[in-house]
Amino acid sequence: MGGMNSPVETTALTKRYGDLTAVDQLDLTVRAGEVYGFLGPNGAGKTTTLRMLLGLIRPTSGSIRLLGRDPGAGHLDRVGALIEGPSFYPHLSGRDNLRALACHAGVGASRVHTVLQIAGLTDRAKDRYNTYSLGMKQRLGLAAALLKDPELLILDEPTNGLDPAGMADIRATIRRLADDGRTVLLSSHLLGEVQQICDRVGMISDGRLVAELSVSELASAGLRIVASPLTEAHECLGALVGADHVHSDGEALYLDAPGDAAARINAELVHSGLAVHELRVREPDLEQTFLELTGGGRRAD
Amino acid sequence: MPTDIRAEIIKQIRRPAHWLLLAVALVLTLTFAYLIPYLGLSGRTEGPGSARGLDAMLPAEFVGSTVAGTPVFLGALAVIFGVLVAGSEYGWQTWKTVFTQAPSRPRVFAAKVVVTAAGTLLLVVTLLAAGAAASAAVAGLQDAPLDWPSPGELLTGAAAGWLITTMWAMLGVFLSVALRGVALPIGLGLVWLLAVQNLLSAVAAPLLDWIADLQRALPGPNAGSLVAALGAPEGAPGVSALTGAGHATLVLAAYLVGFTLLSGWLLHRRDIT
Ligand SMILES: Nc1ncnc2c1ncn2[C@@H]1O[C@H](COP(=O)(O)OP(=O)(O)OP(=O)(O)O)[C@@H](O)[C@H]1O
Ligand SMILES: [Mg+2]
Repeated sequence: MGGMNSPVETTALTKRYGDLTAVDQLDLTVRAGEVYGFLGPNGAGKTTTLRMLLGLIRPTSGSIRLLGRDPGAGHLDRVGALIEGPSFYPHLSGRDNLRALACHAGVGASRVHTVLQIAGLTDRAKDRYNTYSLGMKQRLGLAAALLKDPELLILDEPTNGLDPAGMADIRATIRRLADDGRTVLLSSHLLGEVQQICDRVGMISDGRLVAELSVSELASAGLRIVASPLTEAHECLGALVGADHVHSDGEALYLDAPGDAAARINAELVHSGLAVHELRVREPDLEQTFLELTGGGRRAD
Repeated sequence: MPTDIRAEIIKQIRRPAHWLLLAVALVLTLTFAYLIPYLGLSGRTEGPGSARGLDAMLPAEFVGSTVAGTPVFLGALAVIFGVLVAGSEYGWQTWKTVFTQAPSRPRVFAAKVVVTAAGTLLLVVTLLAAGAAASAAVAGLQDAPLDWPSPGELLTGAAAGWLITTMWAMLGVFLSVALRGVALPIGLGLVWLLAVQNLLSAVAAPLLDWIADLQRALPGPNAGSLVAALGAPEGAPGVSALTGAGHATLVLAAYLVGFTLLSGWLLHRRDIT
């Protein structure tokens, strides 16, 4: 009984389009309060999965529970979603779009004001949707997803098409929403994005969940050090952090150590009279892991 | 459901295309029911058909003259209206936005039907008001007496016009749900109303008996028969008394219900992609 502890639970969820199996026996569990990153290359089946969760398309087989409820009347009462880019009525203002959707959702008009504020759109709320920039459209999509004050947010590539500032903005907003205690299921094909805002990552490839990892697990950083003479630097570091944690490829030394140890290690090497040419914190190897697990990433379709 | 209707009203009421359709319907109706016949009337004095022509423009006949356009060109405008109301949700991909807020598709669809019917009612009432005004103007110009139809006739005419235009609008809704779009449904709807109907009645029905029989079951000829029974001038496009008013009303109502149920069922059944 994962019930309330698992806002999203799918069992053997499958969707076939003719011969193509878009989603294949997917068992997905998202825990309450976490930001779960659903990561996969183009065509992996992310959108198809999220559409099934929301009842937009029917699974071929398998089952779904959202917030402990089976699909049916009321199962989206506390769920907000943004699927495959924002879609609104172009002739209506941002506010009128939200007013119409609030009526559909059965929430009070005061909520429209609130979500416009959360999304940072209040200033442009009375302009027509078709005059919005992509970033504003995306933020309106987020605002609409928040209308029902949802416990669970399902966001499909929420930063798609945005510039770096826009991305950072949306990510910060999502992180804030999660810190308020909402559960977020977010799909992305951007590793960095998932690393920044997610607690856990599920990697999907060809419709199958190929790995599930916690981001903190992956994010154990390493150091890459170029110093001379290299062998003496190797010994020095071996004495410092233990020989098991230092490797050399003949050009550089690789060290399993947290990034914040860099300054101390640098001081230690300099103190021992070694010349440090380069010392840098290595990005966690999410990308490598991803490519290995998804077999290079791209499916042949 | 009431809030879904409110949502639908917000979406439709600010849509310039709908008001443009209403304006076109108004201009066409006034032009072909009053302006052109009136110009023709004053052009040729005391011709054989001119007394009948004037009668059709006077207040006593305004109901029939005004709804005379519903079998063809007002029907075509109603089809476009129906397609715009339902099909645009596909064009803008807004169904997914709506159905993640309100997952009950039957409820959302029912609200759409209600607002579509409200739109065609507005159309018919506007046209009747304009027709009444135009006929009063003709009476004034020709020094004819202002004999208005009885409230019963007026109500029957309005109801018939509403039934016909709503049936056409639901054909538009059905085509757009079936074909999941806007452009093709409008194109096909117009081809049916403006071309195929004509070919069937003018070319095919006189040649083949079974097509002549089939006409009694098609929406256009029944709409033509219904407005003919209400006094629409025979000879206006699509107007001819092929069947009785009762039969026509039943057939039209059956199409209206059929298109509605079929569209609702399709929308409910199909994936939103
Ligand atoms: N309606 C459909 N009919 C047929 N095939 C479909 C349909 N929708 C999706 N697919 C196929 O299912 C697979 C998964 O598509 P999906 O949109 O879920 O991928 P995705 O992970 O969201 O990719 P992206 O990152 O590009 O958005 C693709 O191969 C796609 O072509
Ligand atoms: Mg996608």
